[in-house]
Formats: sequence, structure tokens, C-alpha cells
Amino acid sequence: MIAAEALAGGFERSVFDAQAVFRAVLSALSRPGQVFDLGERVRPPAPLTAAAGAVIATLADDTTPVHLDAAFAGTAVADWIAFHTGAPLTETPGEATFAIVGRPGGLTFDGFATGTAEYPDRSATLIVILDTLTGGPALRLSGPGIEGTAALAPAPLTPDFMALMTANRALFPRGLDLILTAGTRVAGLPRTTRLSAGGV
Amino acid sequence: MTAPAYNFAYLDEQTKRMIRRAILKAVAIPGYQVSFASREMPMPYGWGTGGVQVTAAVIGPDDVLKVIDQGADDTTNAVSIRAFFAKVADVATTTRTEEATIIQTRHRIPEAPLHEGQILVYQVPIPEPLRFLEPRETETRTLHALEEYGLVHVKLYEDIARHGHIATTYAYPVMVEGRYVMDPSPIPKFDNPKMDHSPALQLFGAGREKRIYAIPPYAQVVSLDFEDHPFEVQTFADPCALCGATGVYLDEVILDDRGGRMFVCSDTDYCEGRRGEAEA
Amino acid sequence: MYVAVKGGEAAIENAHRLLAEKRRGDPAVPELTTEQIAEQLSLAVARVMAEGSLYDPDLAALAVKQARGDLIEAIFLVRAYRATLPRFGNTLPIDTATMAIERRISATFKDLPGGQLLGPTFDYTHRLLEPGAVTDGTRQPVAEAPVDADADAEPIPRVTDLLGRDGLIEPEVDGLDRPVGDLTREPLSFPADRDLRLQALARGDEGFLLALGYSTQRGYARSHPFAGEIRMGEVEVELDVPELGFAVSLGRITVTECQMVNQFKGNAEQPPQFTRGYGLAFGHAERKAMAMALCDRALRARELGEELTAPAQDEEFVISHSDNVQATGFVEHLKLPHYVDFQAELGLIRQLRAEHEAREAGDGTREAAE
Repeated sequence: MIAAEALAGGFERSVFDAQAVFRAVLSALSRPGQVFDLGERVRPPAPLTAAAGAVIATLADDTTPVHLDAAFAGTAVADWIAFHTGAPLTETPGEATFAIVGRPGGLTFDGFATGTAEYPDRSATLIVILDTLTGGPALRLSGPGIEGTAALAPAPLTPDFMALMTANRALFPRGLDLILTAGTRVAGLPRTTRLSAGGV
Repeated sequence: MTAPAYNFAYLDEQTKRMIRRAILKAVAIPGYQVSFASREMPMPYGWGTGGVQVTAAVIGPDDVLKVIDQGADDTTNAVSIRAFFAKVADVATTTRTEEATIIQTRHRIPEAPLHEGQILVYQVPIPEPLRFLEPRETETRTLHALEEYGLVHVKLYEDIARHGHIATTYAYPVMVEGRYVMDPSPIPKFDNPKMDHSPALQLFGAGREKRIYAIPPYAQVVSLDFEDHPFEVQTFADPCALCGATGVYLDEVILDDRGGRMFVCSDTDYCEGRRGEAEA
Repeated sequence: MYVAVKGGEAAIENAHRLLAEKRRGDPAVPELTTEQIAEQLSLAVARVMAEGSLYDPDLAALAVKQARGDLIEAIFLVRAYRATLPRFGNTLPIDTATMAIERRISATFKDLPGGQLLGPTFDYTHRLLEPGAVTDGTRQPVAEAPVDADADAEPIPRVTDLLGRDGLIEPEVDGLDRPVGDLTREPLSFPADRDLRLQALARGDEGFLLALGYSTQRGYARSHPFAGEIRMGEVEVELDVPELGFAVSLGRITVTECQMVNQFKGNAEQPPQFTRGYGLAFGHAERKAMAMALCDRALRARELGEELTAPAQDEEFVISHSDNVQATGFVEHLKLPHYVDFQAELGLIRQLRAEHEAREAGDGTREAAE
């Protein structure tokens, strides 16, 4: 039985909403450290948020398995995603094209596809739901898309986030890409971004 | 038979999603060619279908589109592609490099510096920089995986041995962020330096060959060369005969059959802008 | 004085008007209808459907008309339209064993269950131009169809099934542990499995496949083919609807199937047996189906442990170049302006020549001094 909340709250103007969300995500991954506001384009069931819901509704479809972490267990989120995107849900991180992380305090990169040397693009994209992108401990970012350095202050995140990202960077050109979200806002952390503690 | 109805920006949403996912991976792995299931477009392969698909997946109603071919807004294929998007996406178009949010190009990078927020979409015929050294996709993919780029250097060095300098004048290979050797599309090597640390996002679409790749803003793009034979761009002896610009790429125009010729800006918008300023 | 090339838009519009005029030809001659094309140029329509990968005789006929009879252009029109169509699902595999047969021949048996049925073929016509023979006035009544096309008729077994019963030919196994691929939805990577190769061949240019198939007969990857069977007729297309729990018929389409039977000497794992090459095309398209079957067999060389020696066995070469819409686009794009790159080359050639002349002059002075 699908709950009514799983059916409601999709894009109102799907073609144009998807385009606007995609452009924001493209900008976010092209310019790490900058935050883009998507506005409230979807109203998904909790704990999925407007930004994370909009991103998955924009990018996922029946060809992209989606993995949800334990935060979503027992909620209508899986049904909402299945109804609005047609994406198959998977329990196995290694099968996921997209993964939505609802408990960033327990974030781990274990098991997700990081691509191969020949096809580094065959890797997962993690959509991480946070409380803030700018109000947490400051991180300094450098790499492609950034003129000099940029700053981002996402929270809450696992204490070993920096170590995870450093290990991820070391896999390059393989690796995971992250779309950080908070409320209606997104920021990108592609695999190319180098992190260090402290602001700009 | 009823006339078929087409979606905004021509492509169906499923196709756009597929292309959008490819573009995001391309941005995350600068210079790496992402395979995508390129669609048949209503213009022939080889005429910009890759660029058109990228633009169609990216463009929105608020965008302002500029399309150039050979640096000119008024070449027939540029006119045709601009008209296509004006029709299927109802977007504003412009010839002004400054005003455009998306610039689709074939064979040139505009002379005016690009700014943050702009997207430059290149039409690419052969995306594989190693293709003419090794025709097999299975082989070139392995070479990229192993970062084995000796072949390109050998090719460039053969030129030096034969001619005294590198004899590649366009589609001159670049190294992106120190990892992937990339084909910049058939732009003259004159334009290569503009790719390096550009504030604009650069997207490359190869429709027939089914590849998308990207250079994020402020990314390092280095033209391949040798210590004793550094990379150099073309220079022109005379300024543009119309606007007097120097340090720009010029087209040679044949005036008669007695050797009469003149050199004018290849970037028509840049040339017109300068002439407009001179008159003002 | 130099005038910048302006008015591209007007030029394009005028070109389109001229094209429309040429398409129509002399207005004193009656205009072709798409119905006429679908009915009377049905083999052209079949080719457009096959290589356009879209079964719709009306649209294909329109494309033929719009393209002024240029079939590659017509295929292109159909493909571009097809690319915009949403995908509702995948039909079940068609079963050619249950085909309502219009033509069925086997070159490997004199007679066989179901018999040989020539059907509408050019094969034994004398190729003499006879204007009188293609007008209504001379049409002869056709004898009653010997094979009953109704659904209750006994299916006619395929030759390969007959051979398979005795274990003389390799079994056809569904070796896929994934859904059948679709190169129009997923990017193709090499090596490609047989499902994707067959799809590429089915969409591939008839002329290109014909030449490659021919090359295998002439010794470039010789495979000793026999036309086990060619059959043409209508088959049912069914879609599985999970909600209903059974398959729903979407209609019937005409297809041509060719099963080549090829010699195989066997290897360490397999005993000597016949192997298969498979061809299938929309409509009545025998040459295409046969050429496809030859190419399919040649491309199975790696799988069968055969030595790779010829172009027809080279999967990357064949599949990368078999698509005529891709090929025509890239060949014809040479018409587009390339003057920026040409300028770059012009500059280089001038520089190289100047350097060459300087060297020659230098040699000359040295020689003179010696």
C-alpha cells in the first residue's frame, strides 16, 4: 500500500523544474564551495528534504538504482522516489548510481562503486542531507572549479570526513562525487576537490 | 497523420537526464571522455549533434544563446543551430559574447574573455586525442587508464625531427589537470591558452562518437610541448583590416585572382564591437 | 571590396524553397501520394523501416517522399523522429516459428516439412526492362496462396530447429544474465555482446553489410555458409503487461529472417558441428537479412576461437562504420566551413616552404663558396 504522501509533492512544472535544478547542481559541481539555492520545488516526505528530493527527482530514473541509508527506513521516502522517478531502490551500495545519505554523522564510503581505471565515471554520486552548508566547522577547498581556495562549512558530518575525502581524492580518476544539501540549498564536492581544515 | 509534438529543447526528459548525468560525471573527471547514448538529432552527425545535445540538456527559458561557427555568428550552420533553439526552446539569442549565458561553438573560442557563469559548448568531431595514433577504442581506453601518453609525444616529436617544429596547427592536444590528454576540438592552437583557468565552464559534445567531456572553471589546461620546443600560438603579421585588432585570430580573404588578399577577424562579434566603438 | 558573409538565414530559407520545388518536380506530372509509395515502392519503405529502426510503413513512405527518394536521407528522418519517442516497455521476443509465411526457402534441403515457398521474389525474373509489365493492364491473377496464413495453421518448423534436434548445429542459448541491450539507449562499449552486435547490424547500412558479407565469401574470413533458411511473413508482436499477468498483442509486423548454417571444425571444447549466423530485418528485405547473417557469423570469430584475420571479423571496425546515418553525416560535414583550421594549415605550409627555401638558398651559397 502506497501512502498518499508518497504520491504528492513532486515537481509542479517538471520540465522546467528539472532544468533549473540540474543547472544548479551543474554549477555546484563545477564550482565547489559555492552554494546554490534551488527554492522549494518538491515537498517530499521526511526525512527527505526539498533539495535532496529535487536533486534525485532531476537525475534519477529507471536506469539508475538508488540506495537509501538507514535514516529512511520505515518512511515513505522509498515509495516517493519510486513513484516520482521510477528508479529501482537497492539495498546494495555497490549497485547504486545515486545514494541518499540521511545520517551524515555515520557517513561511510564503503561499498559504493568508485568506477574503474577504464570507466571512472561508473561511480556513485552521494546526495548528503545536512543541517547547514555554511554554519559548521570551516573547510578549505581547492581544485578544479575553484580560483585559489574556497570555503564551505557543512554540518553535521562524521568526524573522519576529511580522511574519507582524502582517501577518495587519492583514488582519482576513480572516486565518489558528493552533492551536499541543506534545506533548499546545494553545494558540490566532486572527487577532484581537496579539503583541509579552516576557511579561506 | 498528425504533426509530431516535441518537448522543450527537443529532447525528451529521459534523454536529457541521461545526458545531464554524463555532464556531471564529465565535470567531476576533467578531460575524461564520458560515453553517452547519443541520440539521432534532426541535423546530421558531424554537424554539431553532440554540441546540440549538450546545449539542449543544459538550456532553460532564461538562457541567452550565442552560436558561432568559425568564430562567426552568421555562418550557415551557426544560423541553422541558433534558429533550431529559438524554435524548440524559445530562448533569447544574441551575437554578443558578453550577453550570452551559453555559447555553442564550432572551431573557435571567442576573443572576448569569458566570465563566470557562462557555459561554452564545443562541437567535437573526433573526441579521442589518440585516435589518429591508435584507431581502436579498446586500445585508447587502456592508454588513458594507464596514463600512457608516450604516443602523442612521439607524434609531436616526429614533427620536430622532420620540420624543426611541431606541425600540428589545430586540434592541438592538451593535458587537463595533469591527468587526461584531451582533444580541444578542432580549434586553432591559437585558442588553446584561452582554455586554461577560464572562468567559464567548458563542455564538449561529440554526437557521432557518443562522448561528452568537460573542463570545469579555473582548471589547468596545458598544451603539450617539450622543454626545448615550447608550445607557441600562431601570430599574424598584420592587424585586422576592418577593426585594426592585433593579437586575434584572422581569416584570410581572397579579394581577386591576382594575389590580392586581406586579413580580418575570425570573431565577427569582436570585430563588429571594435568597429562600433571606433565610430562612437 | 570585401563584404562579410551575411544573410545566412535568408540563404537557408531560399535553399529550402528550392528544395521543395525540386521535390515536387514538374507540376504537370501528378504528385505521388505516400499511399502509393507504401504500396508500390514497398521494398524502399522496408529498407527505411529496417535501417531507421522504426516499424511504421506510413511514416517511412512519408520519409521516402520527403527525401526525394534518397533512402539514407529517409532513414535519417525516421531515426530523428524515433529518437524523440518515449519508451513504454520491451516487447517479448517475436517467434518466427509461428510466422504466417509468405516466402520460405531453404538451400540446404531439397524438400522439408512446410515445403519451399517462393513467394514474391525477383529471383527468377529475367532482368529485362519491360514498361508494359509494370502497368495494371497486364496484371495476371495470382493463384490461391498455398499456405494458410490463419493462426490455426500448423507452424512451419525452422531448418535450424530440425538440425538442432539431431545436435548437428550449435544450440541457440540465451546466454545473457542481463536484459537485452539497446545501443540507442546505452552507450556501446567494446567488446560488444552478440545482442548489441545484432542490433547494430540490423540498423546497419545494407550496402556496407553486403560488401562485408561478400568479402567473407571471397576468402576474407571464409565461413562456408549455407542459406539454411530464409523466411518472410507476418509475426505477432506482444507486450508483457505485469499488471494483467499475460502478454497483450500489439499487432503484426512483416519481417525477413535468414539463418545461415556455417561449417565449424570444432575445437578443444566443442565437437565439429554447424554454427549459426543470424539476420533479421523489418519488411521484405532479403539481401539485408542475408548480408547481416554473414556478418553476424564473421563477428562471432572470437567467441568460436577462430583466428581474426579479416575486416568482417573486426567488431570495432564493422560496428563503428556500419551506421549510414553516422557515416553520411561525417562525410558530408566536410561541406561545412573549415576555413579557420585551413588558415592554420595555410600558415604552416607557408612557414615550412619559407624555411625550406631558406635552407635551399643556404645550401646554394655554401656550395658557391666551396
